Amino acid sequence: MEAEVQEIREHLKRYPPFDRLESEWLDRIAESVEVAYYRDGTMIQEYGEPIDTLRYVRSGAVEVYRHNGELYNRLSEGDIFGQTGLLHKRQVRFPAKAIEDTLLYLIPAAVFDRLSNEDDHFADFVELSGPRLKAAVEQNERENDLMVTRVRRLLSRSPVTIEETASVRDAARMMTENYVSSILLAARTDQNDDRAFTGEQGDYWRVTGILTDHDFRVRVLAAGGSADTRLADIKHEHLITIQSEESVYEAMLAMLRNNVHHLPVLHRRRPVGVVHLSDIVRYETHSSLYLVSNIFNQSSVKGLVRLMPDVRAAFIRLVDEGATAQMIGEAMSSIGRSLIRRLIELAEDELGPPPVPYCFMVNGSMARNDQSISTDQDNALILDDSFVPEQHDAWFAALAKRVSDGLNACGYPYCEGGIMATNDKWRQPLSVWRRYFEEWINQPDPERLLHSSIFFDLEPVYGEERFVEQLQDRIAERASQSPLFLASMARNALNRTPPLGFFRTFVMEQDGRHNNSINIKRRGTAPLIDVIRVHALSVGSRSQNSFDRLDDITRADTLPAGQADRLRYALEFLSMVRIRHQAHDLKHHHAPDNNIEPENVSDEERHNLKDAFQVLSNAQKFLRFRYPMPNR
Amino acid sequence: MGRRRAKADEAATWPRYFADRASRSQDPALRAFYEAGMPDPDTPIGEVEMVALDFETTGMDVHQHAIVSVGLVPFTLQRIRPAQGHYWVVRPPRPLDEASIRFHRITHAEVSTAPELDTILDRLLSLLAGKVVVVHYQGIERPFLDAAVLDRRGERCLFPLIDTMNLEARQVRQGWWRRVQTLLGVPQTSIRLGDSRARYGLPSYSAHHAKLDALATAELLQAQVAKHHSPETPLGDLWS
Repeated sequence: MEAEVQEIREHLKRYPPFDRLESEWLDRIAESVEVAYYRDGTMIQEYGEPIDTLRYVRSGAVEVYRHNGELYNRLSEGDIFGQTGLLHKRQVRFPAKAIEDTLLYLIPAAVFDRLSNEDDHFADFVELSGPRLKAAVEQNERENDLMVTRVRRLLSRSPVTIEETASVRDAARMMTENYVSSILLAARTDQNDDRAFTGEQGDYWRVTGILTDHDFRVRVLAAGGSADTRLADIKHEHLITIQSEESVYEAMLAMLRNNVHHLPVLHRRRPVGVVHLSDIVRYETHSSLYLVSNIFNQSSVKGLVRLMPDVRAAFIRLVDEGATAQMIGEAMSSIGRSLIRRLIELAEDELGPPPVPYCFMVNGSMARNDQSISTDQDNALILDDSFVPEQHDAWFAALAKRVSDGLNACGYPYCEGGIMATNDKWRQPLSVWRRYFEEWINQPDPERLLHSSIFFDLEPVYGEERFVEQLQDRIAERASQSPLFLASMARNALNRTPPLGFFRTFVMEQDGRHNNSINIKRRGTAPLIDVIRVHALSVGSRSQNSFDRLDDITRADTLPAGQADRLRYALEFLSMVRIRHQAHDLKHHHAPDNNIEPENVSDEERHNLKDAFQVLSNAQKFLRFRYPMPNR
Repeated sequence: MGRRRAKADEAATWPRYFADRASRSQDPALRAFYEAGMPDPDTPIGEVEMVALDFETTGMDVHQHAIVSVGLVPFTLQRIRPAQGHYWVVRPPRPLDEASIRFHRITHAEVSTAPELDTILDRLLSLLAGKVVVVHYQGIERPFLDAAVLDRRGERCLFPLIDTMNLEARQVRQGWWRRVQTLLGVPQTSIRLGDSRARYGLPSYSAHHAKLDALATAELLQAQVAKHHSPETPLGDLWS
């Protein structure tokens, strides 16, 4: 190999996507490179010009613009540009200018084409941001076992089943003979039953429940039942099951959500086994499940506070084991909710029963199921309409204070904006809450919605869940009908803009300024969640989680093709960067924050981050156009 | 003014020299080289085909030392095309001394299996024909090629060339301020290839390989024209 080829090759191979190329490809590229020099201030390519090479910055710096002259990107050593033009009719799409004396390596279109055809990683890298982010996100998912392993793989034996007309004694005997800690109940049925499966004799059965060792203690012995009690009389009302093709992760979530330790596994309608909490824990060493049951075993706030190092450890483990942002968000939210539930139970033990029915509601990230490790608390109380402040409010104020103080002690700091049930305004009967939402939706203005948009992420945690569900229904119905409301929410979703990306060791702002670090939440995940919320409200979605909302948006088919997917990849990627950063902080005994410094970002991540910011920026532009302010 | 006129006269003599040699050359390769002619001195630099040329030699003295490798890279003001360039190691008539090996890292073994310069000379001349040759420091390429051709073909081989070191000297070593500095004993700015390149933000290459130096020289000329001249600058202003 000649010296100059060697020289070019050595440089290319330090930068993505070339760093992942096979050696033969590197040779071929290096051998084909042409070179051009541009003095500081000269145009390299103009819009619409023919383009026949991919441009690689060997030294110097280049600014890339949109067609309208707006700054699109700033590039330095090792960056490439011109790919969009090469992929689109071989015409320059983004004009570029040298802003320092710049030496470019030019890779001929023929080589570029072959490379894009034959190397998937390279193709993902040069294609528009969607595929590249998608590749990064999917790569992460592929590396995660929980997501891909089917729950049936955890099953070691077929289920022990008994007809529900049998007695408790029969069931206990059968469990003992089979060395199992749970037994499935079944009832005879006919073929018209949509949950029927066929038995060995061709007869029809359906699974009606599950009994565990624990149930014998609680539901039989402690309740004074006899050995002759019929199983059907002591079974749980709601049977929670999972399909055998679901992932281990789904099984874990089902257990977390419902706080159960046994989960019957069905193949279609036929029971094929029971997975136990310990099966999952044995499979993955996550302890977030144990943590939840541990939370419910604590008898004081102090006890709960003592569990917090375990919460942090579980968070770090999830990150290290390659869980996705969605998984981590759900796990952390489940832990947070369990904590609130337990705090409420402890408070009720002391305060006595509530004077009127109520629902404890969470807002913000916990409602969206995307909590991270450092989040403040956002919550409120919805009271039954029979609420009389003079008689009842002291009880609820006390409850709110205990929960809020408890959360603060556990590391969920008080909400600076006062979105807490301790605030009189957010401790109100359902009818008042209905009026609040009515006003926000019917007489919106961006200023007013700025502080209340957090209430548009809402989930019940404890008590009368129907209160919150009624509000959710109301919002889903009304929001989509109010263009002015949507426009106001959209306006607010534009308040926080992403940076362009990085330039050398700085964060590059859209106006060309440089900063030393970037708040990935404020400039990334939060505005993206805002954008998704507006679209979700406009299609009448009742979902609270951003990924679920994107599913609803996709089904409603109101966005240009591919946009929902791009938002999904961008959100997963940005969230993951934030989560990894916080895990890193925790491991190094720093308080976790949201500030990312460019020097701690890898080259690969840098490119993906740039893409994600670009997706957000485009989504914000679209929002402005999609939900214009109607003329009043 | 005096310098301008002298240069113009000199440039004007090159076409006459080429025509003369084309008609009288006995060697077919040299005749073809001269018949290909050369661009008119008034041609804008932005329109000419150039070739950057670099030799590694066993030393600086044309009477004692010899060429050991040849690198060339064709280019224009817009594009440099290393893939279409060439590189040869050639066997010098005199043995290599150790000092020169340390310098350009070409070993005895490489040289002993290399062809004699004469076998690549026809090819080399055909690649230079009709193009403007660009070197960094004409004190090597010009006399060494001339001497080598005279040795082997019995004829002189001279042509105009652009010397990037000369162009650089014009920028950093001329003018009244430089003369004041010289009087004050301020050391002269380096115009070696690597140092000159650094002034234009060009990356540093691992030097002393003929083709890499040819590439480096082509890049330097692009940078010099971009900074101090323009694509419209007539060729005659730049070559010598």
